[in-house]
Amino acid sequence: MAKPTSIVTDSGKVRRVVVVGGGLAGLTTVIKLCEAGIPVDLFSLVPVKRSHSVCAQGGINASVNTKGEGDSPEVHLEETVYGGDFLANQPPVKGMTYAAPGIVYMLDRMGVPFNRTSEGLLDFRRFGGTLFHRTAFAGATTGQQLLYALDEQVRRYETVEVENEKGIAVKGERMVRKWELWDFLGLVLDEGHIARGIVAQDLKSMEIKSFPGEAVCLATGGSGIIFGKSTNSVINTGTAASAVYQQGACYANGEFIQVHPTAIPGADKLRLISESVRGEGGRIWVPKDAKEKRRGKDVPESQRDYFLENKYPGYGNLVPRDIAARELFLKCFHEGRGVFNNKSGQNELEVYLDVTHLPKDVLHKKLSGVLEIYEKFAGEDPYTNPMRIFPAVHYSMGGLWVDFEKSTDGRLVVGSPRNQATNIGGLYAAGEVDYAYHGANRLGANSLLSCIYGGMVAGPAIATYVKNLDKSAFDVKSSVFEKATTRERERYSGILAMNGTENPYKLHEELAQVMLRDCTIERHNETLDKVIAKIDELEERSLQIGVTDTSERANQGAQFVRHLKNMLVLARVIAQGARNRDESRGAHFKPEFKARDDQSFLRTTMALHEEGAGGKSVVNYVRGLDYPLLGKSVRVSDEVDISLVKPRARKYETAGAASHADPPKESTKMSARPQAQG
Amino acid sequence: MADNKKIRLKVLRQDGPAKSDSKRWEEFEIPWHPQMNVISALMEIRKNPHKADGARTSPVAWDASCLEEVCGSCTMLVNGKVRQACSALIDKIAPAGETITLAPMTKFPLVRDLIVDRSRMFEDLKKVKAWIDLDGSHELGPGPRQSQENQETAYPLSRCMTCGCCLEACPQVNDHSSFVGPAALNQVRLFNLHPSGKMHAAERLEAVMGESGVQGCGKAQNCVVACPKEIPLVDSIADVSRQTTKHMLFGWLLK
Repeated sequence: MAKPTSIVTDSGKVRRVVVVGGGLAGLTTVIKLCEAGIPVDLFSLVPVKRSHSVCAQGGINASVNTKGEGDSPEVHLEETVYGGDFLANQPPVKGMTYAAPGIVYMLDRMGVPFNRTSEGLLDFRRFGGTLFHRTAFAGATTGQQLLYALDEQVRRYETVEVENEKGIAVKGERMVRKWELWDFLGLVLDEGHIARGIVAQDLKSMEIKSFPGEAVCLATGGSGIIFGKSTNSVINTGTAASAVYQQGACYANGEFIQVHPTAIPGADKLRLISESVRGEGGRIWVPKDAKEKRRGKDVPESQRDYFLENKYPGYGNLVPRDIAARELFLKCFHEGRGVFNNKSGQNELEVYLDVTHLPKDVLHKKLSGVLEIYEKFAGEDPYTNPMRIFPAVHYSMGGLWVDFEKSTDGRLVVGSPRNQATNIGGLYAAGEVDYAYHGANRLGANSLLSCIYGGMVAGPAIATYVKNLDKSAFDVKSSVFEKATTRERERYSGILAMNGTENPYKLHEELAQVMLRDCTIERHNETLDKVIAKIDELEERSLQIGVTDTSERANQGAQFVRHLKNMLVLARVIAQGARNRDESRGAHFKPEFKARDDQSFLRTTMALHEEGAGGKSVVNYVRGLDYPLLGKSVRVSDEVDISLVKPRARKYETAGAASHADPPKESTKMSARPQAQG
Repeated sequence: MADNKKIRLKVLRQDGPAKSDSKRWEEFEIPWHPQMNVISALMEIRKNPHKADGARTSPVAWDASCLEEVCGSCTMLVNGKVRQACSALIDKIAPAGETITLAPMTKFPLVRDLIVDRSRMFEDLKKVKAWIDLDGSHELGPGPRQSQENQETAYPLSRCMTCGCCLEACPQVNDHSSFVGPAALNQVRLFNLHPSGKMHAAERLEAVMGESGVQGCGKAQNCVVACPKEIPLVDSIADVSRQTTKHMLFGWLLK
C-alpha cells in the first residue's frame, strides 16, 4: 500500500486529482494544485481555451481604490451581500472581497492586457450595484483575456515533469494531462460512497473509460441551456452538476437564476451586451410615446423616458441586474411600451441601450469588443444608433452545495479541507457550478472574481484533503472502477438503442419554452405547478426518444440525449425550488408574495435527489445534513451565516444605500456622464 | 418576406478520417426565419434530420460553443471561405436564397463532417512558450506598470482565439511544410512585448528561427485577411522576424 503522503505509489503510479472543467475556476484550481506539488488530470467538454468564461465581457471586481474614492474590500463585502439580498453566507464573501485585489494583481502579472491609466496603473470602471470604480477590465473581452492567461499557465504545467519526494523526475509524467473533448458521465464512488475518480467519454471515438482520482473537483459552470436560448454557451447544459446531484450531491438555491437586463435578441442565442456599457455611461430608455414611429436616434431628448434613472436616482442605470431586468420586463410586457416596430405594427419586447452620446474614442478603447458583437449580429452600427436589447437568462446563483470553515476574522480558514467541499466525500466544486458567493442575485463583475477565488480556495483545500487521505484511489478495488465503467457503458448503449418517436432537440425546445416563460423574471405558483407538470410529462416522453444518430464517431445526438435527461432533472430542482419559496428575494420574484420574508426563508434551499417511480426524478428538500470528511462526519444546516452584515431592506433609490461608506462625490452624476479616458 | 421562404444548405460530410468512401455532399432545405445564422440552420437539421430529397440521414456533426465569435469553435468553410459559422448570417451570405456550402477546414485532420482536430495549434503554443514565466500565484503585489500605448498594442494581439482561420488561409501551411503558421508567431510578439515576458524573449525567438518559424512565411498575406479578429498578423510576423534577425546577429553579444 502506498504511503498516503507520497504522490508516487510504490508501484510507480502517479496519484492525480481530477478536475472537470477548464474555465476560470477549473484552471485556477489546477494551478493551485500544481503549486502544491499535486499532478492533475484536467477534463473538458471543449478545448479549455474555448470554455464559456470567454464570454464574460465587462471586468472583474477588486476594491483597489486607485481612484481615491474611499473604496475598500469591506465596502465590496457589504455591497455584494446587500446586492445578493442577504442569502449568501458572509464568510466566503468576505474571503473573496479581501482576496480580490491580490487576484487582480496576480492576473496582471500573468500578462492580462488590462486597460491602463495615464500613469500606467490598472484602470477601473463602474458596474452595477455600486457607486465606486471597482472593475478592472481588458477592453470588453475581459473573460477571454483572463481565461487565456490562466490557460497559458496551465499549458506551462503541461510541460513540467512530475517529481517524486526526492525531487527525481518521473519519466513521461507531466504535472497536467489534458483530456479535452471528453464528457463527464459520473463519479466513481467506493463502498463508503467516497469519490475515487470519474467515468468520462471521449467525444471523438465515443470510448467510455474510468479514471482514478485522489479527489475530484467539478468546475463545470452553469446550466443556462435549460432555458434554451440564453447568454450561455451551448455547452452549458449543467450535465455534470446534474450527474453528481443524482449520485447524492446536494444542490443549493437552484431557484436563483439571474436574468441579465441587456442582451441582443437572436435566433440561436441571446448575445450579452455587457453591463460595462452602462458602467461607461450607457443609458436605457424607451420613447415617451408608445407609438413613436421614428428611429431611436431621431427621437429628441425630451421625448425619451429614462425610466431607470427616474425611478432609481441613487444608482440609475446601474441598479443590480434583478431590479433592472424586472423594470425592463414591466415596461415591455406589462405596460406595452417596448420599442414600436413600424413593420409589425406592434411594440416589441425591446428597449434602447444608448451610447451614441459618448465619445467614440472612449467607446473604442473600452467597449469595442462588445459593440462589435452588436454590429455583427444585429447588423446595425451601435456608435450611431441606440442598441435594441432585452433581458436574457445569464447566470445561476444556485449550484452544488459547498461547505466552508470560518476563520476568527470572519473569512475562510486557508487550506481547510471543508472549503468548497460538497457533501460527497472527495468531491469538490468551484465556479458557477457552486452556490456559494452571490446569494439571491449576483453583482456584475463578481463572477470572474468568484470563479478565480473559488479555485484559489478549492486548490489548497483539495491539497489538504489528499495529503490526509488514508488510502489512495489506487488502493481501491479495481472492481469498483469496472462497475462504474460498465454502468456508464450500459447507459450509453441504452441510449443508442432508443428507437421511439420523440426527437430530443424538440423535447428540449418544449422544456426551454416553459422554463423561460414561467420560471424566470416573474413567478406565479399556479404556473409553476404547470411547469412541474410539464417536466413530469417530458421526463416520461424522454423514455420514448428515437436516437437520430447511431454513428460510432463524434455522436453528438446520443450525447445530447444524456444531457437532456440531466437537464430535466435540474429543471425540476429549479422549478420546485421556486414553487416552494413563497417570498421575493433578489432574482426570485413572486407578485403574490412581494416582500422578502426573512422569518421563513432566510435559509439555503438544499435539494437531494431521489429516484421516483416510472423514471421520474423527485426532489427531497432538507434542512441540514451530515457529510463525511476524512473519516469524520460534519453536520451542516440551511442556516445562513449573517454574522458580518445585518440584513436590511434594499433601497437602490438612494445613493450609497448599499454600504455604510460615503458615496464618492460625483457618483450621482456619474451614471449619465461619460468618464474621460485615463 | 414570405413566411414559407426556405434556405438551401449543401454540406460536405464524411463519417471519419478512415472512411474516405463515406465522403459526400448532402443538401438540406430549411425554413427561413429572421436573424438566422449558419448555426441555427444546422440546429434545424438536427431537429429534423432529412435531406432535401426527403431521405433520412444522420444529423450533421459540427463544433460550437459560445456562438458569439469569441471561442473559435465553429470555424469552417462557408461558401469556400474560412470563418466562424455563428457570425455567418444567412441574409448576408445568401441574400437571394443562394445555396450555401459548408465544408470542414482542410489543413487539420478530419474528425467527422464539419469537425476537425486543431490540437496542433495548442501544441505549437507550447513550442513557442506562449506564457509569462510566473514565480507563483501567491500575492506579490501589482505587476509591472505599462503605458496605455503598450496595452493598446498588446490587447488586439491577445484576442487570438486559436480558431485556425489563418492557418487554413496560409499557402505555406500544408502537408509538405513544418511552418508553424501566423497564430503562434503572433503569440511570440505578444509575450516579447510584455515587460516580464521580455525577460525570456530569447527562448521564444530560438523556437521560431528557421523554416518552421519565421522563414516559413511566404508573405502571401492571406492570414491578415482571414483573421476574424483583425489581428495585424503580417505586422506580427515581420516584427518577430526582425527580432530573430537581431537575435541571430547580436544575441551572443547581449548575453
